[in-house]
Amino acid sequence: MQVTMTVNGDEVTRDVEPRMLLVHFIRDELGLTGTHWGCDTSNCGTCTLWVDGEAVKSCTVLAAMAGGRDVHTVEGVAQNGELDAVQQGFLEEHGLQCGFCTPGMIMTAKWLLERDPDPDEGTIREAISGNLCRCTGYENIVRAVRWAAEHPAGADEEVSA
Amino acid sequence: MQVPDVFEYERASSVDDAIALLEKHGDEARLIAGGHSLLPMMKLRLAVPEVLIDINDLEGLDHIRIDGDEIAIGAMVRHAALLESALLAEHYPIFADAERVIADPLVRNRGTIGGSFCQGDPAEDLASVGTALRGSAVIRSSAGERTVPIREFHQGPYETAVGDAEMLVELRFPIRTHIGSAYAKVERRVGDWAVAAAGAFVQLDGDQIADVGIGLTAVGADGFTCPEAEDLLRGGPATPERFADAAQLCHDLCAPVTDQRGPEDYKRHLARELTRRVLHRATARARGEES
Amino acid sequence: MTTTEVPTSAEGNPIGFGRMHRKEDARFLRGQGTYVDDVTLPGMLHGAILRSPFAHARIVNIDTSAAEAHPRVRAVITGETLEGLGLAWMPTLSQDTQSVLATDKVRFQGAEVAFVVADDRYAARDALELIDVDYEPLDAVVDAKKALDPDAPVIRDDLEGREDNKIYDWEAGDAEHCAEVFDQADVVVTQEMLYPRVHPAPMETCGSVASMDPVSGKLTIWTTTQAPHAHRTLYALVAGLPEHKIQVISPDIGGGFGNKVGIYPGYVCSIVGSIVTGKPVKWMEDRAENLMSTSFARDYHMTGSIAATKDGTIQGLKVDVLADHGAFNGVAQPTKFPAGFFHIFTGSYDYDAAHCNVRAVYTNKAPGGVAYACSFRVTEAVYLVERMVDCLADELGMDPAELRMKNLLRPEQFPYTTPTGWEYDSGDYPRALKEAMRLAGYDELRAEQAERRRAFEAGETNQLMGIGLSFFTEGVGAGPRKHMDILGLGMADGCELRIHPTGKAVIRLSVQSQGQGHETTFAQIVAQELGIPPEDIDVVHGDTDNTPFGLGTYGSRSTPVSGAAAAVVSRRVKDKSRIIAAAALECSPDDLEWEHGRWFVKGDPDNGKTIQEIAFASHGNLELPEGVEGHLDATAVYDPPELTYPFGAYICVTDVDAGTGEVKVRRFIAVDDCGPRINPMIVEGQIHGGLADGVGMALMEVIAFDPEGNNLGGSFMDYLLPTSMECPSWETGETVTPSPHHPLGVKGVGESATVGSPAAVVNAVLDALQIRSADMPLTPAVVWRAMQGSPLRNDLAIE
Ligand SMILES: Cc1cc2nc3c(=O)[nH]c(=O)nc-3n(C[C@H](O)[C@H](O)[C@H](O)COP(=O)(O)OP(=O)(O)OC[C@H]3O[C@@H](n4cnc5c(N)ncnc54)[C@H](O)[C@@H]3O)c2cc1C
Ligand code: FES
Ligand code: FES
Repeated sequence: MQVTMTVNGDEVTRDVEPRMLLVHFIRDELGLTGTHWGCDTSNCGTCTLWVDGEAVKSCTVLAAMAGGRDVHTVEGVAQNGELDAVQQGFLEEHGLQCGFCTPGMIMTAKWLLERDPDPDEGTIREAISGNLCRCTGYENIVRAVRWAAEHPAGADEEVSA
Repeated sequence: MQVPDVFEYERASSVDDAIALLEKHGDEARLIAGGHSLLPMMKLRLAVPEVLIDINDLEGLDHIRIDGDEIAIGAMVRHAALLESALLAEHYPIFADAERVIADPLVRNRGTIGGSFCQGDPAEDLASVGTALRGSAVIRSSAGERTVPIREFHQGPYETAVGDAEMLVELRFPIRTHIGSAYAKVERRVGDWAVAAAGAFVQLDGDQIADVGIGLTAVGADGFTCPEAEDLLRGGPATPERFADAAQLCHDLCAPVTDQRGPEDYKRHLARELTRRVLHRATARARGEES
Repeated sequence: MTTTEVPTSAEGNPIGFGRMHRKEDARFLRGQGTYVDDVTLPGMLHGAILRSPFAHARIVNIDTSAAEAHPRVRAVITGETLEGLGLAWMPTLSQDTQSVLATDKVRFQGAEVAFVVADDRYAARDALELIDVDYEPLDAVVDAKKALDPDAPVIRDDLEGREDNKIYDWEAGDAEHCAEVFDQADVVVTQEMLYPRVHPAPMETCGSVASMDPVSGKLTIWTTTQAPHAHRTLYALVAGLPEHKIQVISPDIGGGFGNKVGIYPGYVCSIVGSIVTGKPVKWMEDRAENLMSTSFARDYHMTGSIAATKDGTIQGLKVDVLADHGAFNGVAQPTKFPAGFFHIFTGSYDYDAAHCNVRAVYTNKAPGGVAYACSFRVTEAVYLVERMVDCLADELGMDPAELRMKNLLRPEQFPYTTPTGWEYDSGDYPRALKEAMRLAGYDELRAEQAERRRAFEAGETNQLMGIGLSFFTEGVGAGPRKHMDILGLGMADGCELRIHPTGKAVIRLSVQSQGQGHETTFAQIVAQELGIPPEDIDVVHGDTDNTPFGLGTYGSRSTPVSGAAAAVVSRRVKDKSRIIAAAALECSPDDLEWEHGRWFVKGDPDNGKTIQEIAFASHGNLELPEGVEGHLDATAVYDPPELTYPFGAYICVTDVDAGTGEVKVRRFIAVDDCGPRINPMIVEGQIHGGLADGVGMALMEVIAFDPEGNNLGGSFMDYLLPTSMECPSWETGETVTPSPHHPLGVKGVGESATVGSPAAVVNAVLDALQIRSADMPLTPAVVWRAMQGSPLRNDLAIE
């Protein structure tokens, strides 16, 4: 079947099987391999991206269901090659090691900050509780999100500060 | 990653359209709402529907509002909206208590109340919330609408009152005064399904319990509840001793099964311990002693 | 070696040791990493493995005809196909054999039976359902304690003359002397405990893309490996392919933790698939396959005994271990040590005597036992001793901190030789424990606990509080060639450094990062030694065609071994740069003095050459002394003289709900001593991750089996990893005791926290409950049952 959706602002159309999962559509059809996958049971969150502004697990959405919707992936986060505040926060605070959970974490963190620009530690921990990380022990991810909250303009702000 | 078997995909444009599609494709067709119960089962090939009917475009199913003397919740309301609803927080904090411990924020962005009820999983948290509150389910078919008490909705594991060409459109909960409600769950880890959980509302008339509802999840309680415990409490004083007696009945009358979440005796113990706790908290909330 | 005086580069990075952003992050943050599943080649096909639903069964027949008839299927490979190629069995890392695709029997649930190659992932999976296998189920050995029963089914009847399930019986220490010490001791405490089967479960599963070029005969394999060179050599040995025609590329790796050390049947199948079809073949396992078939960790049933005087002077420790190795002995460890470094179990204390006996058995479970950040089983060893010390404290009614302080090795005892023969390099243990107690506010915590107990006993609360300690010593950096090899490959690491004419550099490592930050740390080592800014140094790793030989990253060995190699190679370049600088400055090398990044003439500081100027001169027409070649580069192979011994003191504070058995880790204080920290930010990150591992193992992670041998931990719904909610905000501290024999003094840190933390969490929970023993994972049910005095057996299905 034909599926058309907007991905990072561009309209894309592909002919796919109805059963194709959104994560495979994004990775295999569009080659946007920043969105990862790590489980069969919707538990890990490495596949997190946005559909119509909500952070969701793209392994548990059919590409067909995303038809006509607005999808954002990690590849669309940096603007003109510049890291955004959340990405910069992960860099500053060492919020990543192997980097495998990182795109999902970034998409969840951005979703949180859109709704709550100044979350406390507990709120951040709660928000990322569906994103597993095997490397960092989460501490620096929490700090990274706090960094982003404190520097909404990202690295630019640091320069001007 | 494990992937589903082949199926056809249809996107419904209205409730009537969804029902017409269900009728057209027969019993191998399934509605897909949030997909967060169905797709995981399809990936493991535990569910192999031939046709999926996507109901995410349907309008008029995402409300949480007062309708007469009831609160009406559309079937497509997502867990996240239930968690954040000020209306529910005012009338029934049990919803937020439960939602806070259902899955994780990402799952809650997709999963729906309708899907939760229709999945009929014995460990579903909202099932015992609805049971405790003695709500009702509005089911639509081409023949029209019917209303089923939630206590008759679940007819066994993964079996509900929703027939083949029917759709759950709304859940309704009576508004009560002088009440408190609460939910408590033990899980092995955040985001895990319940080892056991209990929910309750308590309606006070002075120090007497005017009415009470108890819901029990994942402990094999018939109909997700324990009417004997409710009967014991109703019309008597709200005292710790009587809460303990009612909780003991939940312990004695439930029928949990041993699995890797815990042995039968432990789950029974939790049925008692958690029932006792939610009765206390619901009562404290009814008295305005706790938020 | 101080980190304070390091100058900074134009980009603000330390030219040497110190905190700096990671170089590799630029791509990961943008979603531009390249993990194995991101590799796509023209014409690439997809493989999937059919696995056994039975734990033990004879294969009667396999019918692949329906799968072969599937329009999108290109090949179906079975054990029979492989037998024809001599590939049905492969050697394991412990001199055993393992079936690639089963020919005679399946020996664990999830065992590999057939491999399908299809046009796409979905079709490959569909085709698995079309393969019809006729099994004759056999009784399974599930309980390791029954594996040696006379009537136990023999699992490895493929091995000549096999009549039981015993793999080995191994001991260390002096049994006789130990018995004497125990006979004379005032107090002896004996305790059984299980370190259950867990899984490394990196977020990226295992997989490979194999591409055999039919014309050149060259095989390129992109694969999830922590040890690309070892894999290449093994492929050469297994498949008989010439080693120079194999290129193993380990691209970005989504976490390893030991899971990606071994060679799995899927890798071999992808290679065979590519040979058979003439196309590149990708195989990525799903999570169920990862958890059910790739290497687990631990699975040690231990009975420890500790002997002491009445006043708490520890005199002896002994332990009997029953090790469950699964259906094939696939453990990775140096050949000499079948139980890895388990005999370091005496830990951080002084003893008269110690003895251990390890008996390993086959069971109908997945093979492996490679790791999970275990430092070759130091994890099990530390857990044993740190639990035993708490049991002794309980017996003596002594505070566990006081008991530890009394028995810790003293600084003046180093280098210290343990009763089982390890030579600890350096340490100041009491200092680390005091620092942890200071950070924790130990006395206040004990006071708070006493008050909580009182309130609990008065019925005012159902929340108990516990404080748990653990003190660990690890031996890492395997290892000296004289003692250690894996399958005959010595454990020395090569390294190459080349300075380009413009003074930029490339360093090639034999080790491979799975998230540890090699691209940054190794640049910092070169920066520290040569004064070249880290951003000017490219770190190449993970590609056998472009890096020197070495055994890879696991066992916390990268910095202890390859880090030393990087320092040595840098010093060689520095030595050469001195000669070249002398030629340029027309003086003798002896007249030159080094300041960071520059040689200058002694007494004439303005008269000098920077390393960049020297690099250019080395490539130019400067006349060099007799015998000195141009260019500025060097190679080295570092053979560590000894292991390094990082250590640390951990304190965990838990709250336990006595009504439900729920445990909450409130605080975790970790004081680590890994010598000097090259990039303290990265080191701290390594520790954080390991602490989370400890919480996971202590509270939720386990792979149990039901009586039929069904794996009960085969998905992330059943095998629980800790989330952000179970982890507290880690509190870290440090002491610094350099290793005397490592060129940089560093000791390694990758696994320290995983090794050290589980015992602290368990000790804290038991301290809250005032119970002497309960086995991990301390789930609510396990805790509640322990409180009832009817503990569960965590390796089997809950009954
Ligand atoms: C990782 C994870 C953890 C979870 N943890 C929990 C937990 O702790 N507690 C808990 O309670 N739940 C949990 N869930 C389940 C989650 O709440 C699901 O979202 C929910 O149960 C189903 O909602 P859905 O909208 O996704 O339903 P779907 O998956 O879309 O549908 C489920 C079933 O209901 C049917 N259906 C859906 N809507 C209708 C309708 N309007 N009328 C008729 N039939 C309908 C479908 O045909 C299907 O059979 C978890 C899920 C995941 C993935
Ligand atoms: S892949 Fe694990 S949640 Fe989507
Ligand atoms: S950084 Fe490796 S999984 Fe999170």
